[in-house]
This record gives sequence, C-alpha cells and structure tokens, in this order.
Amino acid sequence: MQSANVNRATPYLFLAPAALVMAVALLYPIGYMIYASFLDWNPSQRIGEAEFVGLRNYINLLGDAAFRESFYVTLKFATVVVSLEMVLGVGLALLLDRNIRGMSVLRTLFILPMMIAPIVVGLMWRYMYHPSVGVFNRTLKSLGLDPIPWLSDGNWAFASVVIADIWQWTPFIFILSLAALQSLPQSAMEAARIDGATGWQQVIYIKLPLMMPVLIVTLLLRLIDAFKVLEVILVLTNGGPGLSTEILSLRISRTASEFRELGEAAAMSNYLLILLVILTFAMFAYNKATEARTARLRKAAEEDV
Amino acid sequence: MADKSYDKQNPAYYALLVALVVMAVGPIAMMLMTSLKLNVDIMSDTSSLLFMPTLRNYETALCDFLWYEAPHIDYCDKTFGRALINSLTISLISTVLTLVIGCMAAYALVRFRFMGRDTVSLSTLAMRMVPPAVLLVPVFGIWTFQFQIDGTRAGIILVYVAMNLPFVIWILQSFIVQVPIQLEEAARMDGAGPFQVFFLVVLPLIKPGLAAAAIFTFRVAWNEFLLANALADRNSRTVPVTIVNSITEFDIDWGVIMATGMLLAIPPIIFTFVASRQIITGMTAGAVKG
Repeated sequence: MQSANVNRATPYLFLAPAALVMAVALLYPIGYMIYASFLDWNPSQRIGEAEFVGLRNYINLLGDAAFRESFYVTLKFATVVVSLEMVLGVGLALLLDRNIRGMSVLRTLFILPMMIAPIVVGLMWRYMYHPSVGVFNRTLKSLGLDPIPWLSDGNWAFASVVIADIWQWTPFIFILSLAALQSLPQSAMEAARIDGATGWQQVIYIKLPLMMPVLIVTLLLRLIDAFKVLEVILVLTNGGPGLSTEILSLRISRTASEFRELGEAAAMSNYLLILLVILTFAMFAYNKATEARTARLRKAAEEDV
Repeated sequence: MADKSYDKQNPAYYALLVALVVMAVGPIAMMLMTSLKLNVDIMSDTSSLLFMPTLRNYETALCDFLWYEAPHIDYCDKTFGRALINSLTISLISTVLTLVIGCMAAYALVRFRFMGRDTVSLSTLAMRMVPPAVLLVPVFGIWTFQFQIDGTRAGIILVYVAMNLPFVIWILQSFIVQVPIQLEEAARMDGAGPFQVFFLVVLPLIKPGLAAAAIFTFRVAWNEFLLANALADRNSRTVPVTIVNSITEFDIDWGVIMATGMLLAIPPIIFTFVASRQIITGMTAGAVKG
C-alpha cells in the first residue's frame, strides 16, 4: 500500500525541483515584468511604491524617436545578419560537403567562435578594429590606403558589428546545413546523377528542397538569437556612434541602468518579447504543418499500395 | 566511420579550406599573441609576428595567485583573481544543480508521460526565445526587493539554473527516450526503488547526453554578462563583468585585457576540443529533430 503511494508520488517528486526553480526564477519574473511595464518605477523604489500609470509607458515609447530608431536598428541588424549568414553558411556547406580527411577537425575549429564568450568576441574585434594598432587599419596603411573609421562612423560601425556577428555565427548555420546535407537520402541523389543532372541542378532541384525543413528551423533559431545579441555590440560600440548600433537589448539595459526608468524598460522588454513570440509561434506552426504534411503523404502512399 | 576511402579534391578546394580555417581561428590567435606582448610591442608601428613572448600580462592579471614575486608588479589588483574564483564557483555549482534537477524532470516527463512531448518542446522553445535583457528588469527588482539575494553568488546561480533548465530538460529527454524500458523493469523486478532505478540504471546510460548538457550549461553560466552585471556587487563579480568594467575606461591596457579575455576563453576552447562531437549533437538536435 505504502509503496503504491510512493510510486504514484514519484513523478511529482522528480519534477518538483525543476518546476519550483522555473516558477520562482523564470515565470514569476516574466509576470512581474508585465506588471512592472504599467508602472512609473525607478530602481530606488520598492515596486509597491511605484505609481500605476496604465499604458503610458507603451504609448510614450511609440512616440519616442530614439526607441523607434533602435527598434529599426534591431530589425535591420537581424535581417542583414541572418540573410548573409544563411547564404554564406549554406553555400559553404554545399561546397564543402565532400568526403575528406579531417572534416571533423574542421568542424571543431569552426565551432570555436560560438563557444567563447561574446564579451571576448567583442574584445578581440574591438582590438582588430582599433584605429591605429588594429590589424585592419595597419594592413590598409601598409598597402598605402586610407584608414577606415571602423567604429567611429555610424555606417562603418554598423558594418563592423555585422561582420563580427557573421564571423561568430555563420559556423552555426554551416554545421546545421552540413548535418542536413549528410542525412539526405542517397537514393535521390543517385537517381538525379543517373538522369544526368548537373551539379547546379542537383543543388537547386534536389538538395535545397530536401534540406528546406531544416533550413527554415535554422533560420528561425538564428533569427531569434539575432534579437538577443547584446554583449558583442556592447563591447564594440556600446550602441554608438549616436544610435547607429543601439539594438533593443542594449537600449533596455541602458534605460534600466542609466536612465533609471524600470517601467519603461519593462515595456520595451515586452515589445521585444511580443516580436519574439510571433517568430517562435511561426516556427512551431511551421513544424506542425510539415509534420502533418509528411504524415498525410505517407498515408496517401500507403493507401496507394 | 569504417570506410577509409577519401575523395581526391582539386587544390582550389584545399585553398578555400585553409582560408576558412585562417578566418575562423585568426582572431583568436591574434588575441593570444597580443596577450603575450608587451605594451611597447603592441603600440609600436611595425606590427610583426616577431616579438619576445612574455607572460607578464598574465602575471599582472593573476597576481594574487602567484607563488613568486613578479618584479614588474608594483601594486597587485586583486579584482580579476577574485572574479575568476567567482566565475568558477558560480558556473560549476549552477551546472551541477541544473543537471541534477533537469535530469530528474526529464526522466519524469519521459517515463511517467503526464505531459506530452509537445508541451515540453513548446515551452523549451518559448524559454529559448526569452532574451536575458528581458529578464533584466524583473530579476533585478525581485532579487533586490523581495528575495534580498542581490549581490550574492546564490542569487546569480539561481537565475542561471532557471535559464538553463528548459534546454537541459529537453536535450536529456531525447537521450532518455532511447534507454530501453526493459532494463528498468528488470531492475525493478530485482527490488530497486524508483530512485535506485534512476540513479543506478538510467544515469549511467545517458552519459553522452549529460556531457552535452553540462557543456552547454557551463558555457552559458561562464559567458553570461548582463544578469551578472545587474546582480553582482563588488565581491561577487564574474570575469565578464570585470572585463567590461575595465574597457569602459578611457585608456585600455590591451596586453592585460587580452590576457584576461584569453583566460575567459580557455575553458570553452578546451571543451570544444575535448567534446566537439557532443557539442555538435547538442546543437543539431535543436534543429534537425525539431
């Protein structure tokens, strides 16, 4: 009798710690943030003392040119970075998908940039972009060209940040697409070869369509992460010059710590979160749709037999 | 892989490979080189690969761990040494906690099936999408005013465990599903209780999954800056926080800061070389299996 009770309680015992930690340190803060976004709250006040201002923070933000600018910079950054990385990553995977010695060493080297701390990535790029001792300007100078104001001119600063992100994250897409490529059915490729498809035709009509499900998921994962980038930009430019590289995450942290407007920062976080929720649901819906489609196709195929 | 036949490729292919490797590793190598240079060499107009490597910058950063007197240090700044110890404690403890808690939860979700896999993968995705910047305001407020654990290592550990749990639960699930249930049934026949089955039968079988999860958790905790910056006080600062603090100053001591950056980068680099297979598994599991 007692052991039956223990057995019935077991799953809850196993789950309880995880549920507790996530409830206390993840769900509660998020709920708290949603509540805080309706308050006029500065860091020296307890939350109970803060004044309830309804939607004022949200409306203020919509009218705030600096916020709109940083929203735009975030979207621009995410779009530019993710599209360039997709093209480069998938391209390299198609190019390097050969059976060669040392492929695993190569993959190991390629994941290094993603593993080290974003702070450190920012640090080494900042050094390389340095106006006088950085390697880029030194090379330009030794070639007799004019130095480039990598981090001190708005447009160049944006480009510099994009380059650093591409360096760090293209390998992610490369490795996922390589995994997708190597799990493609060999029979399809062989059939195409026998039918005389050229290399390009194989890529466009066979490989890419078959990789599509993985590519879409990769794209969305990368897109979500691109909205979370903060440390690299913080170290490289701290959002400047002007607002040229101030992405939303950075603006949230500055609004909270420098301008001491916790309510507004929370409202900003909510805008960012809404954007990401839409993306995530798109991804989940896409997953479900493809699963349903493959199930339907399989069923149809079985009925034909 | 058993087959040892490799395709022959043309030289352009290898040239491309070399170029890519140089691009991927170059910046890291440059950081290593700078960290071994004296400031005179860093600032000199003739940049070159030829210089006298020196460990001085590392000695400056780690001065309170030195067992000998380094002649060039007049004043020992203990900030970095303390931060290094904080980083190590926080990352290790949060990794162990996350693994233990996450493993139990994953096991319960798989074996007692009272929530669908869909619920779990949806919530994992949902948690993955929450940027640390979004947690910044509420975590700061709650930790300071309600739990009063701001500025403590425990407070930072708590956020890290919570942040990492969804991913760990999700990745371990996919490993636990593969453990044959017959093994567990056999153990139960022999009189093992549910906890014995879990710790003595299941855990040893999912070691690769545990390794992947451990690396990912450790890396997140070790590299994280934003929340640590908001929560830590002078005594609980982690390495990323001290690095950012020292570059906002006007005059950057590149040699020392590159040495600290290198020290921060070394553990992840070691993991990468030791366990790249597990890392790639962890990374691809997210997308390829959905």
